[in-house]
Amino acid sequence: MSPQLKNQLYELSVRLGDDALILGQRLCEWCGHAPSTEIDLTLSNLGLDLIGQARHFLTYAGELEGKGRDEDGLAFERDALDFKNCLLVEQPNGDFAQTIARHFLFSTWQLLFLEQLAQTNDETLRAIARKSIKEISYHASISAQWVIRLGDGTPESHDRMMNGLDWMWRFVDELFLVQEGIEDVCENIGLDLSSIENEWRNKVAATLKEATLDLPADRKGIFGGRVGHHSEHLGPLLSEMQSLPRTYNDANW
Amino acid sequence: MADIGDLSLWEVFIRTKGGLSHRHAGSVHAADKRMALEAARDTYTRRMEGVSIWVVPSSQVSASDPDEYDSFFEPAKDKIYRHPTFYPVPDEIKNM
Repeated sequence: MSPQLKNQLYELSVRLGDDALILGQRLCEWCGHAPSTEIDLTLSNLGLDLIGQARHFLTYAGELEGKGRDEDGLAFERDALDFKNCLLVEQPNGDFAQTIARHFLFSTWQLLFLEQLAQTNDETLRAIARKSIKEISYHASISAQWVIRLGDGTPESHDRMMNGLDWMWRFVDELFLVQEGIEDVCENIGLDLSSIENEWRNKVAATLKEATLDLPADRKGIFGGRVGHHSEHLGPLLSEMQSLPRTYNDANW
Repeated sequence: MADIGDLSLWEVFIRTKGGLSHRHAGSVHAADKRMALEAARDTYTRRMEGVSIWVVPSSQVSASDPDEYDSFFEPAKDKIYRHPTFYPVPDEIKNM
């Protein structure tokens, strides 16, 4: 593989690792604050699944980069401008419905994406994808069920679910540009993303219909996460996540 | 934690591995059976404790009356011959 392709493969791994890392960190913010013990454990479980995936992607990225950075080096020693996650995952938790909206939109996309990644010819990415699919199938299912339960629940839960989707909707277009700027390596490993936007829109529409929710109105999408241009919400998340290893750089369990 | 409102209580039974019976693990709050299964999965099997889950609405459980303790349980106490304890269990037999 040429240095240029290898660099793009690093970039792809970082994008995927950062998606998982940042969303995992967001979900863990619920720990101790969720509406019930059961939901508290559910959200933390989802978060920890994602942190596990982030470790695999970032470890691989570190190997590709070849500068001696491991998963921790990449997670804790980069600044906001170097993070390549999509804007959707860094959006604030809001209320429970807003968190569910974000998770539903993202994990529905993530599952479709991983199914394609599992068919590429990059052995490591394929292995990570196959392992992650089992976890993300559950994420997509449980978040869709909550969308339906809240949407088709009380007037208040319906409104909150609608507001949550409305907040997140301007960040969905960016999901379908994950390969932007690294098209060469995507083609090289055989990553075919041509059908997932349609599939995603169909799945989301079907769930919202069952949830008696209207599809949010189309709006101008906001982009930038993949090149490090983030919303104001990422900085505070990173400072919390990174404060301990940056203060005590030899800290250990 | 906020008020969990109208969520009802469900009893959770976990089978720890194939061949063993489901055992009571605890309870969860949920609005329907799917939600109860998911809550049970996330609450009681996240450390690989189970291979199968049953959930049962707590309201469907009929329980013995503590006031009937004497007539229900006392008579068994002096009938030690009913216990299969007078032979050794081989070491290889687990889960007896």
